[in-house]
Amino acid sequence: MTEKTIFTLESVYREPLEIKAFCFGDMSKKTICIMGAMRGNEVQQMYVCARLVQELKKLEINGHITKNTGIMVIPCANYHSMNIGKRFWAMDNTDINRMFPGYDLGETTQRIADGIFAEIQGFEYGIQLASFYQPGRFLTHVKQMVTEFTTDEGLADFGLPYALKRSPKPYDTTTLNYNWQLWNTKAYSLFTHSTDDMKEDSADNALNAILRFMKKRGIINYPIHAGYVTSIIHESDMFQVHSPCGGICRIKTKIGDVVERGQVIAEILNPLTCEVLAEIKSPEKSTVFFHFASLLIVEGTVIFKLVKNNNF
Amino acid sequence: MIKTISQAGLAVNEKLKIQKNSIKNGTSKKRICIVTGTHGDELEGQYICYALGEYLKENIDKLNGTVDIYPALNPLGIDSIMRGIPGYDLDMNRTFPGTESGTMPEMIAHEILEDLKGADVCIDIHASNIFLREIPQIRMSIPTSEILLPYAKMLNVDFVWVHASATVLESTLAHSLNSAGTKTLVVEMGVGMRITKEYCKQLMDGIINLLVNLEMLKDVETAEIREPVVSLDGAVGFVNSPAAGIFVPDTEFGSIVSEGDIIGRIVDPLTGEIAENAVAPCSGLLFTLREYPVVYGGSLIARILRQEDKEND
Repeated sequence: MTEKTIFTLESVYREPLEIKAFCFGDMSKKTICIMGAMRGNEVQQMYVCARLVQELKKLEINGHITKNTGIMVIPCANYHSMNIGKRFWAMDNTDINRMFPGYDLGETTQRIADGIFAEIQGFEYGIQLASFYQPGRFLTHVKQMVTEFTTDEGLADFGLPYALKRSPKPYDTTTLNYNWQLWNTKAYSLFTHSTDDMKEDSADNALNAILRFMKKRGIINYPIHAGYVTSIIHESDMFQVHSPCGGICRIKTKIGDVVERGQVIAEILNPLTCEVLAEIKSPEKSTVFFHFASLLIVEGTVIFKLVKNNNF
Repeated sequence: MIKTISQAGLAVNEKLKIQKNSIKNGTSKKRICIVTGTHGDELEGQYICYALGEYLKENIDKLNGTVDIYPALNPLGIDSIMRGIPGYDLDMNRTFPGTESGTMPEMIAHEILEDLKGADVCIDIHASNIFLREIPQIRMSIPTSEILLPYAKMLNVDFVWVHASATVLESTLAHSLNSAGTKTLVVEMGVGMRITKEYCKQLMDGIINLLVNLEMLKDVETAEIREPVVSLDGAVGFVNSPAAGIFVPDTEFGSIVSEGDIIGRIVDPLTGEIAENAVAPCSGLLFTLREYPVVYGGSLIARILRQEDKEND
C-alpha cells in the first residue's frame, strides 16, 4: 500500500486540508477508484472505505491483488467539514459533489473538485459511496445513472438484492458519478442504510459488495460469497409516496418489509394535539426500499420509495 | 393583486408560501416577471421589488400589460439568512425545472417555473454572495446571447458577460426558462446580505426603460441608459489568492487597474506579516472584488475585464 496526498488546501488558522488516497497494486494502471465521504456527515461512507483499506492491505500482502491492476481508495475528501459537524463546505456551505468536473480558477469547492478529478479521472471503474439529502433509511443498493455511455455491465456483480437505474436530472450533471461517465469511467454509486451514523451490518454489506465486484471484474483473486441474484430496476418501477401534509411522522414498517396493498405504513400526526392527520397506505403489494427517518415532516416530502413486487 | 403561486405545509402550524404581486393595467397581454430571493442571502433584489411596486402604483395609468413581482422564491432562506433551502440544505437554483411528483423543493420549483413560463421577459436578480462584490452585470450563455443581448442592453447595466463555460448549469431557473422559450436575463450585482441603493436605482432605471421599449409603459421619464461592455470569457482575468490568510484590499472596486498592480495583500494576523500580494494579471476594469476577508489558498479575489477588450467593444 502506498499513501498519497492528492490535493492540499491551505487555511489561515487550521491545518491544511490534505486529501489522502490509499493505493494498491500497480498504480501505473488505473483500474478502480473508490470515493468515500465528500460531505461532512458521510461518516458511514468514510468508514466503509477505511474498512476497505484494511481488507486491501491484507489482500495485497497475501498476493491476492491481480497483476497489472491498480486500486485507489479515498476515504474522506472533506474532513474540514466533518470535524466541525457540517454537511457541506465549512466556509461557504457549497457541495463538492455539485462542482464536478471542477474548475482550477474558481471558488474553493470548485478547486477541490478539480484537484480530485485530476487524480481520479481515467479509471476503468469508479465507485462512489453516496448519500441521500434527506434523512432516511435505504436498502443497501447500487445505483447507476443511465446515460448514453452506460450499459447494465457490472451492476449485478455487486451481488446486492437491488441495482437501481436512474435517468439523470439537470442537477445531476455536476456530480462525480455523471462526470466520471463523461470521461469514460464505468461509474456506480453505492448507498448504505444510513449516512451520519455507523451501522456495522450495513457497512459489512457495502464492503462485501465492493470486494465482490472487484473479484467478479478480476481485480482481486480471493474467495468471497457470491451474494444475491440482483434485481435490476429502474426508478420508474418504484412507487414514490409523498407526505400529504406536515406534522409528526410515525413510520410503521421497516426497510426490506413486504407490505400489502392498503396496509397503513405511516401516520402523520398533528404536532400540537397528536390527532392523526393522515394515514399513509401502500398503493400496492411492494417492498419498502426507502423510508423517511426524522420526527418532523414537511408536506410533499418523499416518505417512502416502494419497489413494485410485480417486477419479479 | 397578491397571489400565492405555490405552497406547502411545514411540520408545525405553518405554511410555506411563494407569493407574487401581479400588477396589471390596460389591454395588452404582454407580461414581464421580476424574480429574486432564490438565494436567501442575496437581498439586493428586495429593494428593486419594493421600488418597482411603488413606482407602478404611482404610475398605474401609464402601464399597459402585466408586471409580476416575485420577491422571495426562497422565503425560509431569507428569513433565516440561509443561501439554500433550510431543512434540505439544497441550493434552490439547482433544483429547476423541478417535477410535479418530486420532493417538496422540486414540486415548488416546478410550480414556480409553470407560473413564469410564457412571460415576454423574465429578469432573475441575484446579488453575488457574501464573498464577492459585483458591478451591475448580466450573465448569459453563448447559445442564448443572440436572443437575449438586445434586452440586456436595455437594462442599464455596466457589463454583459457571455459565458462559454464547458459545463452549463442546466438546473438553474434561467436555463430552464430559456429552454422553455421564456427569455430570461440573470442580473448579478452588489454583494450578499446587503442593499446597494445606487445599483438598485441603476437597475430600476433599466427595468423602466425595458418596459418603455416593450411598449408596456408610456408617457414616463426614462434615464439615460448606459451602453454595457459585452465580453466573452477570454476577456476576463482572474486573481486567485496566492496564500491562505486575511485579504485586505488596496484597490478601489470598479476602478481601472494596470497589469502588475497590487489589488490587495494577504496578511497573517498571527505573525504580523504579509503572506503574499494579490497582483493584477492584466490591465482593465475591476468588476469583481472580494468582500469577505478570510481566504484559502486559491480563493477568488478579483476579476478584471481586460482593457483592450473594453476599448475594442
